[in-house]
Amino acid sequence: MNALALAGRCALCVMPAILLCASSLAIAQVSIGNPWVRGTVAGMRATGAFMQIDSKTDVTLIGAASPVARVVEVHEMAVVDNVMRMRAVASLAVPAGKPVMLEPGGYHVMLIGLEKPITPGTSVPITLTFEGRDGKRQQVQVKAEVRPLNAPATQGAGAKAGAPATHHVHSK
Amino acid sequence: MLLHDRTVFRGPQRAIDTAGVRLGRRAILRIAGLSVAAAAAPLLAGCGEQKPKAAFNAIDVTGATFGQGFALTDFNGQPRTLADYKGKVVALFFGFTQCPDACPTAMVKLAGIAKALGPDAARLQVVFITVDPERDTPALLKEYVPAFDPSFAGLYGTPQQIAEVAKSYKAYYNKVKGSTADSYTIDHSTFTYLYDPQGRLRLMARHEIPAKDLEADIRALLKG
Repeated sequence: MNALALAGRCALCVMPAILLCASSLAIAQVSIGNPWVRGTVAGMRATGAFMQIDSKTDVTLIGAASPVARVVEVHEMAVVDNVMRMRAVASLAVPAGKPVMLEPGGYHVMLIGLEKPITPGTSVPITLTFEGRDGKRQQVQVKAEVRPLNAPATQGAGAKAGAPATHHVHSK
Repeated sequence: MLLHDRTVFRGPQRAIDTAGVRLGRRAILRIAGLSVAAAAAPLLAGCGEQKPKAAFNAIDVTGATFGQGFALTDFNGQPRTLADYKGKVVALFFGFTQCPDACPTAMVKLAGIAKALGPDAARLQVVFITVDPERDTPALLKEYVPAFDPSFAGLYGTPQQIAEVAKSYKAYYNKVKGSTADSYTIDHSTFTYLYDPQGRLRLMARHEIPAKDLEADIRALLKG
């Protein structure tokens, strides 16, 4: 009897939580898969982060920030005519249902002005800001796993098999 | 089998069957001919292409007059020239440590090859020359380069020295302004220059070369 009452009360308690989850899922159009950062050694002031970005709606990545780096930019790297060129891009379109890979040999989130080495076994928080077609912005918190400096590129964002990273979405 | 079949069928069916068998035989002959040709094709093509196609996967630059060596300093402060590595295959790469993608990818590839070579790795010397002498201090190079493989050498020089060495290798690099004064990036050529154990420049490998192809070239150079 008591147990039943307890269960009932619990159900009541749990209900709003479920609703809350559902509502936050509804606005979670963007998900990030397998985020990782190339670790650094002492004295290195920059490194790259890689991941897969999925969105249920058309969004544009318009900004990135991290407490470990003074400046965070989205870069595109390409080897053209045997020359490596890397440029910051102002924004990156993520079409609905079409994953965008940030992986070695393409795009990456560049962490610039690192205060201290980024060591394997830790993770780096990165906040990505996306803007929808309606102009609404949402921030996605990413915890990027730190891999060794000598991590092979083929490990890449490798998003096919990986589970999506945990993230929280806040609408602005 | 087919001949046996023909003997089994009699009567009106026979002609058809015979024709069928004839066709079949001809077809078989034709197929056999084709397969002989198909089997021979790669052999013939192999013979024909042997001459123009280089024995190497990377670009053969044997006899080149550029990239004849360098006089720089390693991360321990030791002056280094190409002659120091005589007797080894030298794989030389221009890069910078703040490079998040191309440089570590190239270094990881070479480290993997060194591992795959086993005892022969003692006769491979990877040399990383920084094109960012302002930010890549000896201390940083000493942390960075051996992180890929303890045997790898990291060389630096004054901006003037680096410019001269790069020019003598026809290697391109160019500083590109970033959002802040110290956040510039550097465009740079991504060739790996390969020397034989006699210290002669032999090959230039593109960034995209698969590791196994580069490994095969290094093994070939080691054999001499």
